[in-house]
Amino acid sequence: MTLLSLGNLSVRLRGRPILSNVTLNVGAGEFVGLIGPNGAGKTTLMRAALGLLPHDGESSLAALPPEARGRRAAWMPQARDIAWPVSVETLVALGRTPHLGGWQGLRATDRAHVDRALATMGLEGLRHRTATRLSGGEQAMALIARALAQDTPLLMADEPIAGLDPANQIATMAVFARLAHEGRAVIASLHDLGLAARHCTRLILLGEGGIAADGPPERVLTPDNLARIFHVTAHYATTPQGPVFQPLEVIE
Amino acid sequence: MRLSRLISLGAALALAGAAALAEPAPRRVVSINLCTDQLAMMLAAPGQLVSVSPLAADPHSSAMAGAARAFPANHGRAEEIYLLKPDLVLAGRYSSRATVGMLRRVGLRVALFDTATSLADTRARIAQMARALGREEAGAALIADFDARLAMLAAPESGRRAALYHPNGYTLGGGTLADDILRAGGFGNVARDLGQRGGGTLALEQLVMAAPDLLIRAQPLPGASRSEDVMAHPALERLAAATAGLRITSPDWICGTPHVLGAVATVARAREALE
Amino acid sequence: MRPLAPALAALVAALFLASLVTGPAEIGAGEGLRALVSGGEGPIPLVMREIRLPRAILGLMIGASLGLSGAAMQGYLRNPLAEPGLIGVSGSAALGAVLAIHTGLAATFTLALPLAALAGAGAGVLLILMLAGPRGGSITLILAGIAISALAGALTSLVLNLSPNPYAASEIVFWMMGSLADRSMTHVWLALPFMLGGGAALLGLGRGLDALTLGEDAAEAMGLRLARLRLTLVLGTAAMVGAAVAVAGAIGFVGLVVPHLLRPLVGARPSRLLWASGLGGAAMLLAADIAVRLILPERDLKLGVLTAIVGAPLFLHLIYKTRGAQA
Repeated sequence: MTLLSLGNLSVRLRGRPILSNVTLNVGAGEFVGLIGPNGAGKTTLMRAALGLLPHDGESSLAALPPEARGRRAAWMPQARDIAWPVSVETLVALGRTPHLGGWQGLRATDRAHVDRALATMGLEGLRHRTATRLSGGEQAMALIARALAQDTPLLMADEPIAGLDPANQIATMAVFARLAHEGRAVIASLHDLGLAARHCTRLILLGEGGIAADGPPERVLTPDNLARIFHVTAHYATTPQGPVFQPLEVIE
Repeated sequence: MRLSRLISLGAALALAGAAALAEPAPRRVVSINLCTDQLAMMLAAPGQLVSVSPLAADPHSSAMAGAARAFPANHGRAEEIYLLKPDLVLAGRYSSRATVGMLRRVGLRVALFDTATSLADTRARIAQMARALGREEAGAALIADFDARLAMLAAPESGRRAALYHPNGYTLGGGTLADDILRAGGFGNVARDLGQRGGGTLALEQLVMAAPDLLIRAQPLPGASRSEDVMAHPALERLAAATAGLRITSPDWICGTPHVLGAVATVARAREALE
Repeated sequence: MRPLAPALAALVAALFLASLVTGPAEIGAGEGLRALVSGGEGPIPLVMREIRLPRAILGLMIGASLGLSGAAMQGYLRNPLAEPGLIGVSGSAALGAVLAIHTGLAATFTLALPLAALAGAGAGVLLILMLAGPRGGSITLILAGIAISALAGALTSLVLNLSPNPYAASEIVFWMMGSLADRSMTHVWLALPFMLGGGAALLGLGRGLDALTLGEDAAEAMGLRLARLRLTLVLGTAAMVGAAVAVAGAIGFVGLVVPHLLRPLVGARPSRLLWASGLGGAAMLLAADIAVRLILPERDLKLGVLTAIVGAPLFLHLIYKTRGAQA
């Protein structure tokens, strides 16, 4: 089942073309890693797909009315805003907003989703702590839990694991992979190509104003693509513990 | 014969000397205060009064607005007054001290007049003005007329009480000219009974609780203001409906001039209507 | 959270009764309240119904308006320093009201006065949103507020000085500092529809303001219609603050102090803070109005003086706390 469909999506910012004619489909069961150099347009692509940026072309998500869209896709932006000193529990519960109607408060099903999200991210012990007083990494985890609590078929995240320690990075990537395995879809923009190679089912490489490569990690992370788009050399090996990928040198 | 002629000569000389020593009547007089404007207009010889303040021609403040238009207006500024070359300047006790000081520094004679706080004060001001202008005879005549008319109007204490209520809840208590006008008209003053001396504020609540027999307010002024909002307050309207109604003050109430008798007459008529 | 609503409501009710029995006329509490309810003729029912009752009702309504609109603006701007008085909304409302009065517009039809104040307040809110919108930090917000307040204050002064009425020039103090003295039921009816409408609109923003805790992007993606929320905020705040200022002048700091004090008690949730600040604001203004009549009753001490004495030190404290954190 297709969860996101983009047709000839083009975005101009301040007069400059960022993306031109991007066409892609993301279906259930996919964990898509969106990779590319700084300024390639990863954030722009995701925001335009969500309808948060003006664009030419079609996006299946942007075509939905806002309330329906909130139940279809959860979005975790790069800026990790937490404006008020609310408890972690309250923060995660904000993810239930698209499902609440009128003046009602949280129902039992909502609380169940919140509890599950907290457990998945290992935040049970921090439930009653003030979110703004947590460390940067803990805050990121709490915000991911919010997106999980939103319980949507599609989850889109902009650099969700930046600033997390290795254990939390791997654990979070495992959570996303599991979500995909359960029949949802996850699109996450990543800079850590090694983790992307190990956990994503599909990589989309953005560069030169559009999609430079699209496919399973071993087909995308070719030395050719790495040289052309990232200007680096790298070591890619398939080991019994899974793929290992390490960028090595910058190509002048 | 020679002795009597000597005595006459001596007396004539003494008189001439005395006359020479006494101040001659001022020939050019400028007034910079509303109340001195009006008294001067009533007492001055033709051509003696040269300029009055702008308020004298304002019908809301002056009882002689029409007459005042015959005189050029000055704005109370020292240079302006100096250029008029007066030999006497008439000012109030509360005229700008800076202006009065400056006028004296440049050598002009300034006569200061206190605010009248009673009817007796009014007579004293008339006399003071007459002396300053060298018009004692006219002053004496005016005072005699004042006394006669007051005697006709004066009313005994009637046990009735009036209240003065102006925008911002302003009222006049004991020791003011308005208070004395009420007394002469036969009314007590609610503000004075509540212990107010001079001008001050009367809370609307206290006014209602005092239940005066007569309510007196100022004329509505041009333009609109928030201060005058309270005059339309429903409580005030209900109070006015329940009492002898509302009377409106006029410029007669403001200054200590013979015009205050007009105010006393209004009050006396209101009291008669109550009987 | 649970006990907060009844506690605040009880506090407001108690202060409302206290306001009814406070005043320069020596009326016993029981006697006064009985006269209020049973009516009749005479000075005591007249004082209670026409003077004290409107004053208490206005204290409650205006306090609720200032508290609620303060909480709403803070929720949208995500800044605890946003407050109708500080950011120039009250000043702009006062300018609108003064223009209506001194051009004679208010005399042509009664609703002209609150509508003009509403227009002024609306202009003020729009300017603030334009200058210091959600991405602006504290400094930008305060600077914009200073600019708007200064401009509105200067223009108000100018209009008053140009008025043909001699009382006008000294009224600047009322407009800048606020007072509930000598208000009547006419003023209550004038302000009530705007405050009720604005209040209903702002209370409906609760869920959206909660979502904004995550930032505009995430909130919008969750289904929040940002443009609609912004418009409702502008109109609701303009209606409540405009009506309040038209009737009682600009009273500052209520929308700053109350949300700040109550925020910890509602778990910092903007939606809960809305109604809590409405009740808290009502309590604060009723208390200030009672204090104004007990301290220095002979002089008309302005409400804004008391709220500023309480609020300004708190404002300084908040600035001190945030000066490292935000730009």
